[in-house]
Amino acid sequence: MIYWIALAALAATWLFSWKLGQGQARAIIAGGQRMHSLPGHYGSYSALWAVVPALMVLLIWSIFQPMVIDGMIVASLPQDKQALDDLFLNALVNDIRNMSVGNAVRDADDPVVIEAASLLGDWQMTSNILLAVLIAALVILGLVISRRQIAPELRARNRVERFVMVLLIMSSTIAVITTVGIVMSLLYESIEFFRRVPFYEFLFGLHWSPQTALRADQVGGSGSFGAIPIFMGTLLISTIALAIAAPIGLFSAIYMAEFSSPRARAVIKPLLEILAGVPTVVYGFFAALLVAPLLRDSGAALGIGIDSESALAAGLVMGVMIIPFVSSLSDDVITAVPRSLREGSYGLGATRAETIRQVIVPAALPGIVGALLLAASRAIGETMIVVMAAGLTANLTANPFEAVTTVTVQIVTLLTGDQEFDSAKTLSAFALGLLLFVVTLALNVLALRIVRKYREKYD
Amino acid sequence: MSGNREGRGRMSRSDTMETVRKGLRSRYAAERRFIWYGRGAIAVALGFLVLLVGSILIKGASVVTQTHIRLTVELPLETFSKNGVVTAESIGAANYVGLVKSSLRDLFPDVSGRRDKRALDSLISSGAPYELRDHVLANPELVGQSIDIWLSASDDIDMLDKGYIDRDIDSTGRRVTDKQIGWYDKLIADGRLERQFNTTFFTSGDSREPEQAGIWGAALGSFYTLMVTLLLAFPLGVTTAVYLEEFAPKNKWTDLIEVNINNLAAVPSIIFGLLGLAVFLNIIGLPRSAPLAGGVVLALMTLPTIIIAGRAALKAVPPSIREAALGVGASRLQTVTHHVLPLAMPGMLTGSIIGMAQALGETAPLLMIGMVAFIVDLPGGPLDPATVLPVQVYIWADSPERAFVERTSAGIIVLLLFLVVMNLSAVMLRKRFERRW
Repeated sequence: MIYWIALAALAATWLFSWKLGQGQARAIIAGGQRMHSLPGHYGSYSALWAVVPALMVLLIWSIFQPMVIDGMIVASLPQDKQALDDLFLNALVNDIRNMSVGNAVRDADDPVVIEAASLLGDWQMTSNILLAVLIAALVILGLVISRRQIAPELRARNRVERFVMVLLIMSSTIAVITTVGIVMSLLYESIEFFRRVPFYEFLFGLHWSPQTALRADQVGGSGSFGAIPIFMGTLLISTIALAIAAPIGLFSAIYMAEFSSPRARAVIKPLLEILAGVPTVVYGFFAALLVAPLLRDSGAALGIGIDSESALAAGLVMGVMIIPFVSSLSDDVITAVPRSLREGSYGLGATRAETIRQVIVPAALPGIVGALLLAASRAIGETMIVVMAAGLTANLTANPFEAVTTVTVQIVTLLTGDQEFDSAKTLSAFALGLLLFVVTLALNVLALRIVRKYREKYD
Repeated sequence: MSGNREGRGRMSRSDTMETVRKGLRSRYAAERRFIWYGRGAIAVALGFLVLLVGSILIKGASVVTQTHIRLTVELPLETFSKNGVVTAESIGAANYVGLVKSSLRDLFPDVSGRRDKRALDSLISSGAPYELRDHVLANPELVGQSIDIWLSASDDIDMLDKGYIDRDIDSTGRRVTDKQIGWYDKLIADGRLERQFNTTFFTSGDSREPEQAGIWGAALGSFYTLMVTLLLAFPLGVTTAVYLEEFAPKNKWTDLIEVNINNLAAVPSIIFGLLGLAVFLNIIGLPRSAPLAGGVVLALMTLPTIIIAGRAALKAVPPSIREAALGVGASRLQTVTHHVLPLAMPGMLTGSIIGMAQALGETAPLLMIGMVAFIVDLPGGPLDPATVLPVQVYIWADSPERAFVERTSAGIIVLLLFLVVMNLSAVMLRKRFERRW
C-alpha cells in the first residue's frame, strides 16, 4: 500500500517538475534568448533529475527493508530463541510479522512475540518515515540541480535521449540475463545434485526410484537415480509423436503448397494452426479421458494388453499437437523452392506428384529435416500431455503399449508436493531440467543451422 | 545411310511413345493417389481438431445447469434467536445442517435406519446449509415462517439427472443406490427437483465438492497473472524491439542478444518454471502460489514472442518515413517515438495479444511455482495465493468424481472462449490497421 502511494506521489512529482523545467525554459525564451532544445526537453530533463534517483532509492529500499528489519528482530529476540533452527526461526519471524499487522497467530499470548511485534511496528514506521524524508530530499535536490543547470546552452535533448538510450539497452539485455539465469540456476542445483549422486550413475544407471528415506531406519529408501529409463520413455513417446506428425504434417504441407487453391489454403492453414494454439492441458485431458480408454478397450477387444497410461496414447495425442509445427515449417520451405526447378521438371514431362517426389522434396529436404527437428524438440519438452496421460513410474521398455514416464513428468512429480529444498530427490529435478535444456537447445541450434544453410543455396 | 538412321530413330521414338502411353495410366493414378494422401492427411488433422473440441463441448455444455431440490424449511423463531432476540449473529449461528436434514426427512417420513437416513441426506449438497444461511441472512424477516427454497442437489443426483449414471446396471457398480433413485423419482413426481442455471460454477472458487466448485477464482487468478505479465513483458518487449531494430549497432553483443532471444523462444516452458522456482521463489523470495510470481515467469516466457513480433512490425514501416522525419531535423529518437512507433503499434499490439494468449494457456511452469494449490477463496490481488484457468483444469482433471469431468470440460470451454476472443481481436486489429505501403 505504502508503495502505491509512493508511486502516485512520484508520478505527481514527474508532472510537477516537468512543468517547472518547461516553464523555466519558456521564461528564458520569453527573455529573448535562443535555447538549444525545445522547452519540453528541459521539462523532461528536470523531471528525470527529480524522479529517477528517488525511484531507485525506493526500489532498493523495498528490497532491503524487510531483510534488514528481520535481522534486527532476530537480534532483539532472547538468546534461547535466537539459537533456534532456521526453520523455526523463520516461522517465529512470520508469526511476529502476522501479529504486527493484526492477523491471528498461533502463539498470540507469548510475551516475546508480542514485544517483538510492537518493536517491528515501531521500526517499520521509522523506516517509512525515513524513506519519505529521503525521497523528498532527493526530489528537492534533483529539482535544485536541474534548475541550476537549465540554461540556453544546455543540450537537454541530447542528455534526455542518452538516458532513454541507456534504458533501451538495459531492457534489451533482459533476454541475455534470462538465459544466464536459467543456465546458472540449473547448473548450480545440478552441481549440488552431482555432489550426492555420481554423474555416470545418473547418465547411465538403469534404475530410477527417487524416493529417499525420511528417516534413517526406513527400508529401501536410499533412492537410485539412474535416468536411462526416463530417457528411453521420453524417446519412445517422442518417436511415436513424430511417427504420427511427420507423415500427416508433411502430406498436409505438400497438399497446401502444391495442389490446393489459394483460397482453400487460406482456410486450411489457420485451421491447422489452431492445433498448435490449443493449450496443452486440453490435449492432456483429451488423451487421458478419451484416447487412452479407447486404446485400452480396443486393445482388449483385439486381445492385446494396452495399459491405460500407455506410451501410445500420450504419443498419439502429442503427435496431433505437433502436426502444425511440421506442416507450417515444411510449407514454408516447399514454397521457397524456386519456380525454375518446378518448371524444369514439368517441361520434361513429369507429373506434379513426380515433380514433388523427385525434385521438390529433395530440394526442400534440409528444411524439412529442420522442421522435424524443431518438432522433436517440442515433443521432448512438452509437459502437460505426458503428465496427464503417461505413467509416473520409470519402466525400461520399448513397448508402446506399456506405461512409461518422461523427463518432464519426473520434473513435475518431483517438484509439486512438499519437500525440503536440498534433498537429492528435489535436486534431481534440476539435473533433469539441465539435460532437457541442453538437448532441446542443441536440437534447435542444429535445426536452425540446417535451415539457414539450405537458404543460402537458393537466395 | 541417313534413311536407316531415321528409321531407327522413328522406331525408337514410337517405342518411347508406347512406353510413355503405357505408363501414363499408372502415373496418373499415382498422381491422384498422391493428392488423396494430402487430402487424407489434412482430413485426419482437422478430424482430430473436431473430435477434440467436439468431445469437450459435449461433455462440458451441461454445466450450464445444476440440479436443485425444492425443500420446505421451517424457520422456528427459537432456533434463530438468542435470549429471544433475533440478530444477524444469532441467525448466522443457527443449525442449518439440522434444518436442511429435517426438512428433507419430512418429505420421506417412512425412511428409518441410520444407513438409509444417511443415504437420504446425501441427496442434497453439503453446501446446501450455507445456501440456506445466506438466504435467511439476506431476508431476516423470514424467521418464524415456513419457506420453500431451491437448494443444490449433490453431485451424484446431478449426474443422475443429466443422464451420466446408468440406472439399469447393477447397483453395486454405480454411485447411487436403488433407494436413492426411488427418492429421486418421487422428488421429480412432486415437482421438487429441477435443473436451474448454475450460478455457483460462474461465481465461486474451487471446492472438493463438484457441485460447489466454480471457475471464477481461477479466472481472477488468470486475470491478475496476465496483468503482471502484460505490465512487464509489453514495455520490455517494445523497448527491446525498438533498440534492436532501430538503434543497435551490428556487433558481437547485439548478435548475442538476437541469438538469445531466438533460443529463449524455443526453451521448453517447464524450464522457465524451474527458473522461477530457483530464482524468484528461493532467492528473491516472491510469495509462493501468487499471481505475481506466475506473472513474472510468464513474462519472461512471452518476451521473445513480443520482441519478434515487434521487430517485424518495425521492419514493415518503410524507410521513407524515417528519412522524411530525419530530413526535417528530428533526432533519431524523435523519429522513432513520433513516427515509426505509432505506425508499428498495431503490429506490436497484435503480437502482444498473441503472446498473452500463449501465456493464458500455459500450465507447466506454474505447477513449479506452487500455483497448483487447492485454493477456495477468490484472490483479491496479485499477492494472494491463486490458481489460473489451465491449472484449475488440470486439478479437476485429476479428481475422481464423475461430476468433475463435466467441470473440467466446462473449464476448458471457458479457457478456449477467452483464447478465441483474444486471437480474434488480434486478427481484427491486424485487419483494421494493416497498411500497405
